[in-house]
Amino acid sequence: MASTEIARQAGEGARGVPLSGHVGFDSMPDQLVNKSVNHGFCFNILCVGETGLGKSTLMDTLFNTKFEGEPTQHNQPGVTLKSNTYELQESNVRLKLTVVNTVGFGDQINKEDSYKSIVEFIDAQFEAYLQEELKIKRTLHSYHDTRIHACLYFIAPTGHSLKSLDLVTMKKLDSKVNIIPIIAKSDAISKSELAKFKIKITSELVSNGVQIYQFPTDDESVAEINSTMNSHLPFAVVGSTEEVKIGNKMVKARQYPWGTVQVENETHCDFVKLREMLIRVNMEDLREQTHTRHYELYRRCKLEEMGFKDTDPDSKPFSLQETYEAKRNEFMGELQKKEEEMRQMFVQRVKEKEAELKEAEKELHEKFDRLKKLHQDEKKKLEEKKKSLDDEVNTFKQKKTAAELLQNQAQQAGGSTTLKRDKERKN
Amino acid sequence: FCLLQQCLGTHEVSCDLYMVASSTEPQPQAKGEKTPISDTSYVGIDAILEQMRRKAMKQGFEFNVMVVGQSGLGKSTLMNTLFKSKVSRKSVQPNVEERIPKTVEIKSVSHDVEEKGVRMKLTVIDTPGFGDQINNENCWQPIMKFINDQYETYLQEEININRKKRIPDTRVHCCIYFIPPTGHCLRPLDVEFMRHLSKVVNIVPVIAKADTLTLEERDSFKKTIREELRANGIDVYPQKEFDEDAEDRMINDKIREMIPFAVVGSDQEYQVNGKRILGRKTKWGTIEVENIAHCEFAYLRDLLIRTHMQNIKDITCSIHYETYRVRRLNESNILFTSNPPDHPAVQPKANGQPEEQPATPQPNGVAAQHEALSHEM
Repeated sequence: MASTEIARQAGEGARGVPLSGHVGFDSMPDQLVNKSVNHGFCFNILCVGETGLGKSTLMDTLFNTKFEGEPTQHNQPGVTLKSNTYELQESNVRLKLTVVNTVGFGDQINKEDSYKSIVEFIDAQFEAYLQEELKIKRTLHSYHDTRIHACLYFIAPTGHSLKSLDLVTMKKLDSKVNIIPIIAKSDAISKSELAKFKIKITSELVSNGVQIYQFPTDDESVAEINSTMNSHLPFAVVGSTEEVKIGNKMVKARQYPWGTVQVENETHCDFVKLREMLIRVNMEDLREQTHTRHYELYRRCKLEEMGFKDTDPDSKPFSLQETYEAKRNEFMGELQKKEEEMRQMFVQRVKEKEAELKEAEKELHEKFDRLKKLHQDEKKKLEEKKKSLDDEVNTFKQKKTAAELLQNQAQQAGGSTTLKRDKERKN
Repeated sequence: FCLLQQCLGTHEVSCDLYMVASSTEPQPQAKGEKTPISDTSYVGIDAILEQMRRKAMKQGFEFNVMVVGQSGLGKSTLMNTLFKSKVSRKSVQPNVEERIPKTVEIKSVSHDVEEKGVRMKLTVIDTPGFGDQINNENCWQPIMKFINDQYETYLQEEININRKKRIPDTRVHCCIYFIPPTGHCLRPLDVEFMRHLSKVVNIVPVIAKADTLTLEERDSFKKTIREELRANGIDVYPQKEFDEDAEDRMINDKIREMIPFAVVGSDQEYQVNGKRILGRKTKWGTIEVENIAHCEFAYLRDLLIRTHMQNIKDITCSIHYETYRVRRLNESNILFTSNPPDHPAVQPKANGQPEEQPATPQPNGVAAQHEALSHEM
């Protein structure tokens, strides 16, 4: 191969050298960001929660716009997922936002299978990406990524604890998507109840082994705020698109006879925290976790399921190619076997039919022979009869001739006698 | 902007027009400051730029550049000048006896450099022995093989089931080809090399040791070179077909009119007009490396590092590498779909070289899951 590497240790190491002047590659982050800006971003949020928990309203509030038309019905036979894609722009950033809603979640009498359509949907997005990645001619950089980056799980504000449906669903989803649990319509809970509720929820999640998304604390610039926010999970939110005049400003709020709940007031609810965490601080991390953790896990499982293996350091190196070839040979072998079988069956059938036909032919021949024999017999008989008849005729003729002759003779004699008599008479 | 509505339960499609009003002055959010409540129309989507920047700074960058040219053209010096530090092979192996190798060797050196918090792993790949033999036939082949081997390594890692989070990128992003300053035209070796390699890697041709040419000689030499490149169908960086939009094309057209850059390298500083600058001191004057009136080093540096580095990497990633991948996957496909004893299958030329024997599946072969999946496409 004639390639040698000098001064490079395996893994991390490369020599660090000081620069004696300004080179200019500090513009690389800018170049990278510019490229991304030209390309646009995409972000996909999945909202899971029972109907009527204010999912659509919260999305509207988060992104400052009115997304959807009417609220969904409660009489769905199963859980379906409805996804809508929107193009938003703020200053020079273009965002393709996809909001996926669970329709009918929690409405059925029997909710055992409610989580299934959600899991299927998430898997379908991973599958689509995997297929694109495995194509020969692929266009990954212009592929519209539909994988779910964040799952907002809406918890009903009962004030007691998590419902078993919530636990089951979150347990099924935690290895597939970043789950951020939030307490919906939290203006129904008082402050003291809320604190207890949050503690109860967190402990239930921990004791059931549900892994919710933790805001990353490894980068110093955001570690502090993220760890603070981590302790406030689950966020208690209130959503509203209606504006109310407070003081001399219009703010988003919900107005009650006993007061007004301001959405963006941090003492009233955690909406601002949610927006901060979800959009302003960790959007990129959510996307990265989805790609490097959840998607990789899916991909690994899927490929292993299909029977592929990686190079095993102990045994003979497997390669995807060899496995594929082996499988392919297996498949071809089976095909050939089937073909053989079919051919044999065909040959057999032909033989059988032939035999049948031969049989029939033989029978016909026999019949024909028999008839022929019969015919001949009859003919013979007839001929014999004819012969005997002929003989009789001949005999008869002979007799007749003989008789005639006698008669003639007799006549002649008689005639002459007659003549004599006549002559005598005359005389 | 159009709003797509995909319903997975029902089948309704409708179109609406939505756009969020652009905000007023966006506040810097990355440091976790509290949002002033007064600004209600600001969502904060553009904070993602800052998040990306943070992530990029944390991860660092990689850049792999290859230098190709006959010995004595100043390749190592130019690398040291470009990156303002001793990054070339010669600087790393100072006591090795300088001898011309009998075949082309590939030697790569890596350095971690940092500037204003941005960390970069720079790899300089040297090719001693290129063009130095009496018979230089096919001397570009080891280089081609090396480049394809890097693609192969990356591909292997990419199709692994358990793959690394960040696949180490050793692919050659850019190949700087040194043209000797004859002043006449390209030599057959130059044409051959660039013709073969422009298909697999970004080639940036430079006129080496340009201080031996006067400005007029330089201009006419450049024109001849450009003409010859065009006549031979050689597409050097920036390639016309990869311009993304009109703005890109405008910028790149300007560059295309200037290539190949006539460069001079130096790692020695001299005092000129009270300033210490890099240059070459001769009896008739001092050539200032970074003075664009003297040579075009600054243009080269700006192109490679300050403005187009990301673009160079992108083209390597999404075009050259993908081309290699398509070819490789197709080859293994042909190999396995035809019946080996009956049909003489196309010999897979994975490394640009004819294989000696009919290819048996190599242990590091390529997956063909696409076969199974292609039925669904």
